[in-house]
Amino acid sequence: MRHFAYLFVLAGCLGAALWLEPVRHVGVFRRWRRLLRTVLPVVTIFALWDVAAIAAGHWRFDPAQTTGVVLPGGLPLDEVLFFIVVPVCAILGFEAVRSVLRWPAGDE
Amino acid sequence: MTYTAAVLLGVAGALAVDLLVLRTRLVTRGVFWATYPMILIFQLLANGVLTGRHIVIYDPGAIIGWRIAYAPVEDLLFGFAMVLVTLSIWVRLGR
Repeated sequence: MRHFAYLFVLAGCLGAALWLEPVRHVGVFRRWRRLLRTVLPVVTIFALWDVAAIAAGHWRFDPAQTTGVVLPGGLPLDEVLFFIVVPVCAILGFEAVRSVLRWPAGDE
Repeated sequence: MTYTAAVLLGVAGALAVDLLVLRTRLVTRGVFWATYPMILIFQLLANGVLTGRHIVIYDPGAIIGWRIAYAPVEDLLFGFAMVLVTLSIWVRLGR
């Protein structure tokens, strides 16, 4: 189970935010094309930064607490999932705050 | 380059995306600053676990050494850059 430690953290993030879709009707997953077009460049940019940081020795990962699936550049699958989960959670939170406050965001 | 220098460049790049490239100007909007503290709380929790449990290990020579809830202060800026770029693209695509 230790290998799933990183994934448990990601599950926690999703658990904190996913309910906003059905309960607050934020419609983020309903707009899945826009979501995909947002997340794809973010994953790409930050995965490249991650690979550069791993190469530079800025950080490393405990093999015992990650899935063990490692992509080229020494990038653990866990990190790629992080770069998908965090943006999705951020957008869910942003849309939920908007739905409550009704302040302009610039795309009205 | 240290993580400290890289993340300052990253924040500058994210601000450039928001203000100059996509011109969403989210950092000038209340709705962004109302959302960000909530994201920050969850980031501190997630980062605290990842760093406190040594799932991610940092080179002490690459960071300035200030830590908040176990995580290097650089991680807060990394998260800020990622959230700002994400929301800027999301809002731009909604126009």
